[in-house]
Amino acid sequence: MKNRFEKMTTLENVLKFFHDGMTLMFGGFGGVGSPPTIINGILEKGIKNLTLIGNDTGFPHIGIGQLVSQERAAKVIASHIGSNPFAGQMMHEGRLEVEFSPQGILAERIRAGGVGLPGVLSDIGIDNEIVKKGKNIIQLNGKEYLVETALTAEVSIVYAKKADEYGNLIYDKSARNTNPLVAMAGNITIAEAEEIVPLGSLDPEEIVTPGVFVDYVIPSKGVNWKWAWE
Amino acid sequence: MGIEIRNKLARRAAEEINHGMVVNLGIGMPSLVPNHLPKNITVMFHAENGITGMGPSPIKGEEDEYLCNAGGLPVTLNTGGSYCDSAAAFAMIRKGRVDITILGSLEVSEKGDLANWIVPGKKVPGMGGAMELAQKAKKVIVLMNHCDKHGNAKIVKECTLPLTSSRCVNLIITELGVFEVTSQGLVLTELFPPYDMNKVMKYTGCDFLVSDELRRITY
Repeated sequence: MKNRFEKMTTLENVLKFFHDGMTLMFGGFGGVGSPPTIINGILEKGIKNLTLIGNDTGFPHIGIGQLVSQERAAKVIASHIGSNPFAGQMMHEGRLEVEFSPQGILAERIRAGGVGLPGVLSDIGIDNEIVKKGKNIIQLNGKEYLVETALTAEVSIVYAKKADEYGNLIYDKSARNTNPLVAMAGNITIAEAEEIVPLGSLDPEEIVTPGVFVDYVIPSKGVNWKWAWE
Repeated sequence: MGIEIRNKLARRAAEEINHGMVVNLGIGMPSLVPNHLPKNITVMFHAENGITGMGPSPIKGEEDEYLCNAGGLPVTLNTGGSYCDSAAAFAMIRKGRVDITILGSLEVSEKGDLANWIVPGKKVPGMGGAMELAQKAKKVIVLMNHCDKHGNAKIVKECTLPLTSSRCVNLIITELGVFEVTSQGLVLTELFPPYDMNKVMKYTGCDFLVSDELRRITY
């Protein structure tokens, strides 16, 4: 296969983008749709002190949860950490900073980051002390709204069912979840794909993430964890 | 609560669902609700992770690791179902396209305040999608034990736990009965056998009205 856009590469070649103290945004919901090969690469490289941005902290041995349970994260911006007891434990011990955002608002903050907007206005949690804490409030059309700031990251990592040479992506059923949003919000976006196909193989009508947003594509070695239901 | 009683509550909740509705179910007892729907209606079950038209659990051995509900458990897709990203899944909620959400709770106040996301100092899992669902679903139905495991009332005058959302609950279904949240306060509309009014009064942490047409559920 040709590599005219120099996007198709290997895990080894993208590992240089990961360093201690960086912000890392990840696709996935409960580990479903998180890129296993990249996460394993980050683990093996010994990267630590990460700020992780994503829907949830997965399970201790699944998805991004592995980075949390192996104490590689300093901060997490997520909507839920309940399925990873290590996250809650470290938060209570003051070893992990956690910023909670309502799930759909987190998605919109990531989307805003990905679409070049500074934030969104939201009434979710407008009367909730915990949600509105520290946020600006704006009056619009006689109503109050919270200013929810956009999120971006140094690197975004996503999992796709198929990628082509240009980085056009399609996803796999509910493994799509936050991936198309996360793919747009990274300063550098790396997609891990189950299958990499020649340009023209994907139906243009079916492409979910245009390759414009994707900088690198690496092949997936597949999930290396056991799901909670297995 | 035994499975028989849990199924009774789920069956009662299923009575609220009509053909064509978009319904989001929380984890636990609410997941039993689809088993009690009449066969001749089609309901689009919505999952926060981006499924509309979610179907039942697959048979063992046919699970698809990339087709899971918001709780991470394998599901199936019904005819006419679709996938979307998380932003679109929550767009459906905030835009008011989700007709009913059925969820559990730690406490509900007489005004319909919902507290189901945090136990300070103990359990701080995060709100997930609960705030959006509670605040924006057209109808919020709480399915829960009437009392906590220490025997304390969970239906109270004011919630002691941090709120998920205020004044959002429409209907409360417990093993004792069913309450509607109205502008006049709580109204007990139904009783589950073998319980009577005295029992409900004893285990409810606030005053409530009783419907003139109090129904005694027979199942």
